[in-house]
This record gives sequence, structure tokens and C-alpha cells, in this order.
Amino acid sequence: MRYVDEYRDAGKARALAASIASLCEPGRSYKFMEVCGGHTHTIYKHGLEDYLPENVTLVHGPGCPVCVIPMGRVDDTIHIAEQPGVIMTSFGDMMRVPGGRGSFFDSKAQGADIRMVYSPLDALKIARTNPDKKVVFMAIGFETTAPSTAMTMLRAKAEGLKNFSIFCNHVTIIPAIKAILDSPDLRLDGFIGPGHVSTVIGCRPYDFIARTYGKPLVVAGFEPLDILQSIHMLLTQLAEGRSEVENQYGRVVPWDGNPKALKVINETMELRPYFEWRGLGSISHSALRVRDAHAEFDAERIFEIPGVRVADPKACQCGEVLKGVLKPWECKVFGTACTPETPIGTCMVSSEGACAAYYNFGRFSRERVREATHG
Amino acid sequence: MCLGIPGVIVEILPDQPDLATVDVSGVRRAINIGLITEDEPEPGDWILIHVGFALSKIDEVEAKAAMDFLEGIGQAYEDEIEALKESRIE
Repeated sequence: MRYVDEYRDAGKARALAASIASLCEPGRSYKFMEVCGGHTHTIYKHGLEDYLPENVTLVHGPGCPVCVIPMGRVDDTIHIAEQPGVIMTSFGDMMRVPGGRGSFFDSKAQGADIRMVYSPLDALKIARTNPDKKVVFMAIGFETTAPSTAMTMLRAKAEGLKNFSIFCNHVTIIPAIKAILDSPDLRLDGFIGPGHVSTVIGCRPYDFIARTYGKPLVVAGFEPLDILQSIHMLLTQLAEGRSEVENQYGRVVPWDGNPKALKVINETMELRPYFEWRGLGSISHSALRVRDAHAEFDAERIFEIPGVRVADPKACQCGEVLKGVLKPWECKVFGTACTPETPIGTCMVSSEGACAAYYNFGRFSRERVREATHG
Repeated sequence: MCLGIPGVIVEILPDQPDLATVDVSGVRRAINIGLITEDEPEPGDWILIHVGFALSKIDEVEAKAAMDFLEGIGQAYEDEIEALKESRIE
């Protein structure tokens, strides 16, 4: 089938790989960060690193929303869930994330009513059908997910629901990228830009990366050939001495994003002065909270939130993995104490986390390389 | 959860214009299309779905490509489909 075959065709991938190799200057090394966890998943699932020359390295970025939630916010959620008459709702990805006092699953086992939902609208329905309960939706995600939360809040308001609220943990991608760029730990040559976040915010917010930091960024789709093509576009820019924002995923991402989605986010939420990110620390203006006009739906005003900061377990190096400083397998507990079944850190929980993606797919090819090398 | 999954609009629900019945890999569910305003969605259009909302309109060929990709991505996608089946948006 047209497009399907093109985007997955091994022959085309090999041709693209050869062209990528020819774009690399001998003796120069290239390091690109894929910001989005969805890209990390594709890279490991399809073994894309095997298509790249040795001097092109992919570094995994902070774009996994589950991974960047600090343990304290997990504990805060559990605290709300334990209040009388509360039904807490959350995306399934959050359920196994360990907080300082265990995960949502642990809390559920101890009697808290914590339910997985596919959509915030499912949480809204639970509120409608349980008028005697206080239903809270633990909202996480980048700009991809924030419009859904915003639309749900507006719907709750239109319906006059009094027993529904949002525990807002939405984060924004640009400050995280800026934190990475300002980090002295990492030298990057360019970025594979997040596809679905860009569906909402468009491509213009990345301009400063090209202009101020002189790094190219290519917004990329999620097919294997999308990512290889994006790497090709990045190398072409570098070979030509350019640093621009380009859009490889034009079939889905409009250059200006989704204006309605941006409007509803802005209508219901505003930037927090600062927010604690796992691994990246406190970043100013990097997360969203509910606006005063919608205070009746803000769980942080309805419930007392402990707001305790919980340090990551000493053995966990998710922070370094999220910043791209460490590869998953370089973490001391990777694949031993920390596995998808018994995760210590968030990167091993979500399917978009670099450690989970690498554990599920990448380690086999690495083991094969090791066996081939060492007999 | 950050996966976008493609689906085709089967019908716009007459009493709730923000909702459409969407077919995703044979599973039919209500999806909110209220974020698509630039180009009025209609039956037969393919959309990119994220947590119960259409984020953008895509053409059929692109949708099929994304689906084939997603069908191969394994458990993460299975989880997303299972979660979608649990959804009862009204």
C-alpha cells in the first residue's frame, strides 16, 4: 500500500541510511536529542540506531509526561484520593509510578478509590453518575494533552457539575528544552522535535532554538522512516551551515498548530511561577495551573495538598536519563533492581520512557552486538 | 498515553455536535471533535485521536500509515485500544 510501504520500506530505510552516512563529515560526531518519548519508543522498537553511522548518536529527552512527574506529586495525588468520598481518576500510565508512599495501585489496594480512565471525559462521566462523590482527575501531559483537560473543564462548567475537579500537573515543552540547552552536561547538535505536541503548539515556538542557540530542529512523525528522514534533514542543515526549524510531519502538524486548542488552554489554565520536574529540578514557568476563573474545578484549592518534596531513591538515575546525560543501560539499577514489573524510577514505567523502551526492545540488539564482539 | 491514534468519523452525533462516532481499528466510540474548528469535520474524515479528543484532521492515506505503524508498536498500542474500549464518553 502506498505510504505504508514507503514509510516502513526497509529498502528505502537503507537508502536513507546511506544518504545519512554520506552527509556526515569524517571525524565529526553528531548528537541529536529526540525530545518525545514516542520517538524513543519508535527508535528502539525498530532498531533505528542500527541504521545510523557510528558517529551519529541519538539522545533521549524529557518528553515523557509520566517520567517527569516528581514523586511528591504522586504522593499528593494519593493524599487527595484518601480523603473521604473521593474518587481519583488517572491515565493508566500513572498507576504504577512509585511515589514516596508507593504507587496508585498500592494505594488502591489499601482501599483508596483510584480508577484508570482513557480520557478526562470518562472522569467527567464518573462525576455525573456519582453525584455524592468528589471526582478528581489527575491531569498530566504536555501541550498534547492539556487541551483535553481544558475542554473537559469547560464542559463541566457548562453542565454545572459541582463534584468534579482537576489536579493539574500539565507541563510545557519549551522550558524543558531550554533547560536542556542551558545544561552544561550535554552538547547537542540538533533536535528531533515532538510531533504531537507540535500539532497543538505548531512550529514557531521552537524558533529560539535555531536563532538563539544555533541548533536545528525538525518536527518529526512517528514512522521509522519519518525519524530517519528527520535525521537526514538535520544533517543536511548542518552540512549547509543552517540552523532552522523544519517540519517533517507536515501531513499532521500545521505550522501554526491548533488555534482552538491553544485558546482553550489559555482560557482555563495559566503558567505556574515554577514547577518541580523529575530530573530537571525546579523550572520557572514550565507548568500549568487552573485559572482563578475556574477555581471551582481546581483540586489544589478544594483539597489541602501536602506538597511534600520527595527525593528520588538514591539508586535511581532517571534524572540523568531524562536529561540525556546517561543512556538507560548506564543506570546502575537498569534491568536488575529496576524493571518494568518492579520499577524504581518513572523512566521504566511508561511505555514512552527511555528505560522501558530500551528494556523491551533495545537491549536484545545490544546483547547481540556484545555476543558478536566477545564471541 | 501520548500516542495519537487515527480513526475515521462515522457520524456526527446530531444532539451533541462536539461528539462524533469514530471507528478505530473496528472499535466504535464517541470522540470529541470540538478542537477541530478550522475545517469542519464530517463523516469519512480521518482524525488523529488523543485521550478521547480529535487533535487534527488527517487524510485517509496518512491515517492508514499511522495505524499500520501503531499496530506494530505492540503493547503500548494494545493498552491504548483496551483503554479506548473502556471509554463511555457521552
